[in-house]
Amino acid sequence: MVSSAANLAAVLVLAPLLLGVINRTKSLVAGRTGPPLLQAYFDLAKLLRKGFVVSGTTTWIFLAGPVVSVAAPFVAALLLPLGGRPALLSFTGDMLLFVGAFGLARFFVSAAALDTGSPFEGMGAAREVTFSALAEPALLFGMLALTRLSGSLTLTGMLDLRAASAWQKASASIVLVLASWFIVLLAENARVPFDDPNTHLELTMVHEVMVLDHAGPAFGFILYGTALKLAVFETLIVTLLVPFRSGSAALDLAVFAAGLVGVSVVVGLVESSMARLRFVRVPQLLVTATLLAGFAVVLVLRVP
Amino acid sequence: MTSLALLALASGLVAFSGFPGLLLRAGSGTAQRIATVLHVLGCAIGTGAAAWALAGEAVTARFAWTLPGGSVTFSLDRLSGFFLVPVFVVSGLGSIYGEGYWAESRHPGNGRKLRVFYGLVTGSLALVMAAGDAWAFLAGWEIVSLAAFFLITTDQNDERALRAGWIYLVAAHAGTLILFAMFTLLRDATGGWLLVPSAALGSSALLRPVLVLALAGFGLKAGVIPLHIWLPDAHAAAPSHVSALLSGVVLKMGIYGLVRVLWMLPAYPAWLGLALVALGISSGVLGVVLALAQHDLKRLLAYHSIENIGIILIGLGVGALGVAQGRLDWAVLGFAGGLLHVWNHAAFKSLLFYAAGAVIHETGTREIDAMGGLLRRMRFTGAAFLVGAVAICGLPPLNGFVSEWLISLGSFRALTSGGGDVGILGAAAGAPALALIGALAVACFVKAYSVVFLGSPRSAGAAGDVADASPSMRVAMGGLALACAVIGFWPSGATRLSRIAAEGLVPGGVGTRAGADMGTLGGIPLLLLGFLAVLMAAVLAWTRPAIRTTTWDCGYAAGSPRIQYTASSFAQMLVGLFRWAVMPDEHRPRLSGPFPAAGSRFESHAPDPVLDRFLLPALSRGRSLLGLARAIQAGRIQTYLLYIVVTLLILLAWSAGW
Repeated sequence: MVSSAANLAAVLVLAPLLLGVINRTKSLVAGRTGPPLLQAYFDLAKLLRKGFVVSGTTTWIFLAGPVVSVAAPFVAALLLPLGGRPALLSFTGDMLLFVGAFGLARFFVSAAALDTGSPFEGMGAAREVTFSALAEPALLFGMLALTRLSGSLTLTGMLDLRAASAWQKASASIVLVLASWFIVLLAENARVPFDDPNTHLELTMVHEVMVLDHAGPAFGFILYGTALKLAVFETLIVTLLVPFRSGSAALDLAVFAAGLVGVSVVVGLVESSMARLRFVRVPQLLVTATLLAGFAVVLVLRVP
Repeated sequence: MTSLALLALASGLVAFSGFPGLLLRAGSGTAQRIATVLHVLGCAIGTGAAAWALAGEAVTARFAWTLPGGSVTFSLDRLSGFFLVPVFVVSGLGSIYGEGYWAESRHPGNGRKLRVFYGLVTGSLALVMAAGDAWAFLAGWEIVSLAAFFLITTDQNDERALRAGWIYLVAAHAGTLILFAMFTLLRDATGGWLLVPSAALGSSALLRPVLVLALAGFGLKAGVIPLHIWLPDAHAAAPSHVSALLSGVVLKMGIYGLVRVLWMLPAYPAWLGLALVALGISSGVLGVVLALAQHDLKRLLAYHSIENIGIILIGLGVGALGVAQGRLDWAVLGFAGGLLHVWNHAAFKSLLFYAAGAVIHETGTREIDAMGGLLRRMRFTGAAFLVGAVAICGLPPLNGFVSEWLISLGSFRALTSGGGDVGILGAAAGAPALALIGALAVACFVKAYSVVFLGSPRSAGAAGDVADASPSMRVAMGGLALACAVIGFWPSGATRLSRIAAEGLVPGGVGTRAGADMGTLGGIPLLLLGFLAVLMAAVLAWTRPAIRTTTWDCGYAAGSPRIQYTASSFAQMLVGLFRWAVMPDEHRPRLSGPFPAAGSRFESHAPDPVLDRFLLPALSRGRSLLGLARAIQAGRIQTYLLYIVVTLLILLAWSAGW
């Protein structure tokens, strides 16, 4: 329990670092020095100290967006096994709360975007709800496959494939789930090829354009929520990929942290090596992710 | 005194609540007051009777009758009690809502008629759910169907309402016809008109036809795709509290009928579960996709009823598959989730219709794209609609999440049992389907909520003098919002009740182990909400004082409300993905020159794909084919006599052996 809480605290503190790792990877590949690793912390510190400017057309919904966008990944982090320790909050069916929490965040962030009356933000919100709607079944199919493999109905149980036979019995399914969830990670966190965080043209943005009107502390909340959401989705992948425990809490946490950094590097490499897809192509990639996870379910049904 | 007697008293009060008003003159406030008081009193007693039935043992009463069947039987058990609770709660609140929404002083022409049939529908719904034999069931069913027709056409001068009403009436009677056939076969299979569990039915050769007819007849009532043709127009045309009753409660009569037939079966064939899941998934996904394409607020809500009926069917299908597989632990999850969704849908859909009614009343339009910016002036209505919207999307911490959580958990549990046949796979498909439906519903309700309540007003009607709902309307909305919150924050109470109701559906009863998962959601949604509240308070404190300025406009300083994203543009990508199902009607004007002529507007509409694209064209083609027969049907009596003579001659010749 104590070590679970300590690991949660570590994730909460280190999440913004992952954004720095992605940016550093991209700048290294491009041959630039790039921003400092801790840039996201500097940004957060600056934003939280700033005053607050708000559009005159907005209502309280506009503030609810940033709030829920932090709360959702926080609740999700509570439900996840972090660094080899069981989740702080684990109950039968908790994976559905995991999905539901992000749904709630999507509802309020998109509504907050439309609250400004800006056509750009409407555009971003429309894209966000469209892409997420297609990503959600992939997440669920993956969870179904893992439930079948582990026999568990909690995130802590289904992500823990230490019974190493799972990898031997059904490595193909696990790899399919990993591939599918990596695509979901890129889509849900607005990374290339779904969205380009570096673009400067509002018309081509997804996540960034939705939060165009958020300023100061509210934008700080959004930024931190983004970082935490990335950490949460990376945790799904790292936990699946590391099916062993050392016995030492510190070592497990170190392996876990290295895993998160590793996945961030991969995200950075993907971002360096390809361009954003045309928006009409995006649904096709997401349907592919769903199909991959669907295949995983069909395959595990044949596992004795 | 039994629960059945109490129910008879309640439904009598409710059914005749509108009649005293007929003796008073049109436009009389007293007539309205009497009706509302009687109606609310009856609904309060009825809710008590339903709760009593849910808690107690089944009660049966039999009366001699001279009509077919020889006697009429009424029976009130836990399942009936469970379905009766939303009937009385929603109808009672709706009648309070009607005080302000359809005040007699403003609608002297049809207010009394509305209240007569509103009471009659509610009272006869109780008759359907307390029916112990086929005759009582069909009698109640028919009164509900007919009274609903008069409710839909409340505004008898509105051409759209009349068209919707006639289509509804034809569909309702087609459904009744199917049910007559179903009950007749059911009598042959079980040996009587009584609706009781029957072992003979399970082994009867008539089982399959009975179930197929039940799916068709009850599916038509519940609005299962593709039998939903009558639903969107009818629910859009009626006054809003009537729409709420039709959508939230009367549709569930179809689900109740289906569940009652399931309850009679000794075991479920596997194909039945698969059929329910397949129908549920197609209704769920297509319902929400068709809703996304709408820009009439009430039609949008009506299509969401189809989606939610789909969710209920997925739950029942998972339950039936579980029973067929002999796995009661997930069977009870599916059934309990499906049944709880009956309550939940009644609560949040009625809430949404009430709030939509208030908005339409103030702005004078049903077009979403003519609204906007209403939250500032309709704070209560806006908050109520938000509660309904979050709940209908199945998001925590409200009630929609609880029932969808149960059904999805049933799907997950299905995979933990060994084996991998098609039944397991069918049940497992429920969870990803619910996720897709939920995520599409989020898209749809972000659109509906934001375009109606947020941003700047999009038309003069929305910008003008708009006031929040009247106190009586607020009471009704507040009551339902409270129901959504209570079930969401205290899921163990509602799941326990739905489990009690589900017990009758699991032949052999629910084991001790089965359904052990149901309490685990516990107080977690409450925790979530508390956390949100603390964070919100922190942000509010942090961001004050705020500087208010204009929305970021890229330096273009002449923004107008017309540059906002519209409902159609918001849904465009998703509607495009499902173009094969929605088949939208698009008018693209040909543009020429740098300044196209005024009036070159792009428009898209989403007529119903089954009714408007297929059924009505097919019917009109059929009519023109039959028109060929008109040549011999000229209406001249001499011609007919000639036909008779010729026919007689031919018959004579034939009988003479030529």
